[in-house]
This record gives sequence, structure tokens and C-alpha cells, in this order.
Amino acid sequence: MNLFYLLVAPGFLWSLTIGLLASWYDRKITARLQWRQGPPIFQPLTDLIKLFGKEVYVPDGGLRWLFLLAPLLAFSAVLISSTILGVSNLDISEGFIGDLIVVVYLLTVPSLALILAGSASRNPLAALGASREMKLILAYELPFLLALFTLLVKVRSVMLGDFISYQATVGWLGFSFSGLIAFIVVLLVFQAKIGLVPFDLAEAEQELMAGPLLEYSGAPLALFRAAKAMLYYVLPLLLITLFWGGGQIGWPGALALIIKYVIILTLMVLVKNTAPRLRIDQAVRFFWGPWTLLALLGLILALLGY
Amino acid sequence: MGASACNNCDIEILDCLTPKHDVERFGITLVGSPRHADVILVAGIVNRQSLERFKRAYDQVPNPKLVVAVGVCACTGDLFRDSYNYVSPVDEIIPVDVYVPGCPPKPEAIIAGIIKAAEKIK
Repeated sequence: MNLFYLLVAPGFLWSLTIGLLASWYDRKITARLQWRQGPPIFQPLTDLIKLFGKEVYVPDGGLRWLFLLAPLLAFSAVLISSTILGVSNLDISEGFIGDLIVVVYLLTVPSLALILAGSASRNPLAALGASREMKLILAYELPFLLALFTLLVKVRSVMLGDFISYQATVGWLGFSFSGLIAFIVVLLVFQAKIGLVPFDLAEAEQELMAGPLLEYSGAPLALFRAAKAMLYYVLPLLLITLFWGGGQIGWPGALALIIKYVIILTLMVLVKNTAPRLRIDQAVRFFWGPWTLLALLGLILALLGY
Repeated sequence: MGASACNNCDIEILDCLTPKHDVERFGITLVGSPRHADVILVAGIVNRQSLERFKRAYDQVPNPKLVVAVGVCACTGDLFRDSYNYVSPVDEIIPVDVYVPGCPPKPEAIIAGIIKAAEKIK
């Protein structure tokens, strides 16, 4: 049964399908906002399939095993975290104590894999992208953890299932003052985690020529793209689980989950299209300055009981 | 790739990405790195200084790839054919799949050329 969870649903096939649909949704809404038409619905899938047919280059002089390992790291981390998250949502008792911490740790691995990829590429542009990604991770982890502490103060447990049952009894965490502040904080942190504007410095297309992924082609690039598509699925779902009640199967629950997911995805795409890209010093100053203060405010409010 | 183009064809290629001729509805996007590309658009002539770099950039695009020569300079050399700096027509350096003549070709012609090249693979 565990293998089924991992490989089919809510693991590999399920999260990849929803992730590809989400990335199509992103490209379509972006196109519509620019008065264009946008790609047909199977486009991200065909892009992925096409990449498997291209030849794989490994730059000579770089670390060959690291270059090929990095996409596997990113992909497997997102896969495992999507499985844990989905299993906790489906059946509360199948989680384990600390699975929230495991998921948060695993979700830092794709960014780390990007850094490894950029460093193993033996290319100055890729190294520059890797160093920017390093600074960005340092920047956004701080308000993210403060927002998580805000939630932990209320729920007093580190098990995802307890978050869901707390929200089923007491009410959605996002509807209290501190919860709402933490929700806004985590929304922009996840924007940076997926790598969407205004925080897509690592893959800044016009400046860095695809950043850390510069030298990748073929199957390793396909794994990175699949990992990014699955992040489109995992991060909004984590947001819903922590703040908005989590998902339930069965008739009204599933429809509500889909509507919540589409709302969060639309918010992220709208922010992506209406904001310019930040420089790395602006991004670090933003996350360590006003955003950390906001998260601290949320934490104080939670400790006071709001 | 432009070896030494006057950039007029580059501007027309850029026009293909704008809302009027929106090329993304065919699934075509602009990518940030030659290693991510499938179709190479060549604009302009290849001169002696850029010859070696041009070949290196071509080698960096992974197979299978398609080459579309955009504009008469890339096709035949046009009015720079007798220049001191002109090496050879593009198709003597790299294999070209589709030629799109024009100075510059209209964006619709460029899009038609790319789609013709894509159908070659089928």
C-alpha cells in the first residue's frame, strides 16, 4: 500500500499530473494577462516528453556524478514530501509525529539541488545563479520558520494530522489574526520557493541565461522541470493544510479543496505577473526586514492569544 | 543566433513573441540557454571573427535540433556576398533545414518557417 501511495497517488502520478496542469494554468493566465492566447493544455506534458528524447550533455571538468545527482535529489525530495502531505490529508492517522518538520526539511532540498547543480556546472553564469539562490534561501527561511512557530503556538503539535483535526474542531487557522498574518507571510515565501517572480533571481532569464540550469539538457533537465511542476502542487497544498483546513475526500470536501487550490494558484500567478523581479540585495532586505517583522507580529499576536 | 546581423531580423523574431503574433499558442517559447533549445534561428551572415564561436554555439544545442535561416543574409549572403569579412553562406557551415527569405521576413513568414521545420521531424 505504501508503494501505491508513493508511485501513483498522492505521490508520483497524481502530483505530477496536477503539477503539469498547474504549470499550464500559470502559462495560460500569464498569456491572457498579456493579451495573448497561451499554450494548449498538454503543452507542459509534451515539453517534458520531448526533453526525454534529447541527448544529455555533461560539461567536462565539472563533477560528473554531482551534475547527474542534483536533479534526482530535487525530484525525490519533492516526491516524498508530496506523498507524506497527501497521505496525511487522506487519512489523519497515517501520519507520524514530526512529519511537518520532515516535509519542511524536504522542501528545502530542491533549492539545495539547484545550488549543487549550478556549482557542478563549471560555468560562471551557473555559479552566479547558485550563489543568488543560496542568499535567497537564507533570506526566506527566517520568516517562514517564524510563521510556522506562530502556528505551532496555537496547535501545539508537529504532526500534520493534528493540524487538520485542530482546524476541523476549532476553525481554520487562517481566520485568526495571527493566522492571517502568517498566511500572507508564507504565501510570498512559497512564491520564492517555487521560483516565481518577483523572486526568480536564480533563473533570471534575461540576465543569467537560465542560471544554475544552464548546462542541463535532456533527462536531467526533465527531472528538474518535473520537480518544479510538482512543487506547484505541493506548496499550495501545504498552505491549505496549514491554514485553510486541509483536504478531505468525499463530495463537498473535494470540491472545496479544488476551489481553494485554484484560488491560491491564481494569487501566485497574479503576483507573478504584476511585480518586477527583485535584485538579490532587495530580496534579502525584503525578507529579513519588513517580512520578518510581520512574521514576528503574527507570533506575538499568537502568544497573546489572538 | 546572430553572427553579425543588422538586428532587423532579430526585431522581427522578437515580434513573434508579442501578443499580435503570439507564438506560444503553438507551444514555442524563448529559452534562456542553448542547451534548452530545439530550434535555432540564424539571422545575419557569419563573418571571420564569429565563425569559430558560431560553430561552438551550434554544437552546444543538443540533438535533435533544427536550424531555420531567417532573412536573405542567412540564406545567401545578399548584399554582403562580396564583402571582405564574409566567410561563406550559413548552410556551408551548419546544416540548415528551412530557409525564410525576406529583408526582414514578416513574423508570419518566420512562424510558418518554424512550423515547417517542426513538421520535418514528424
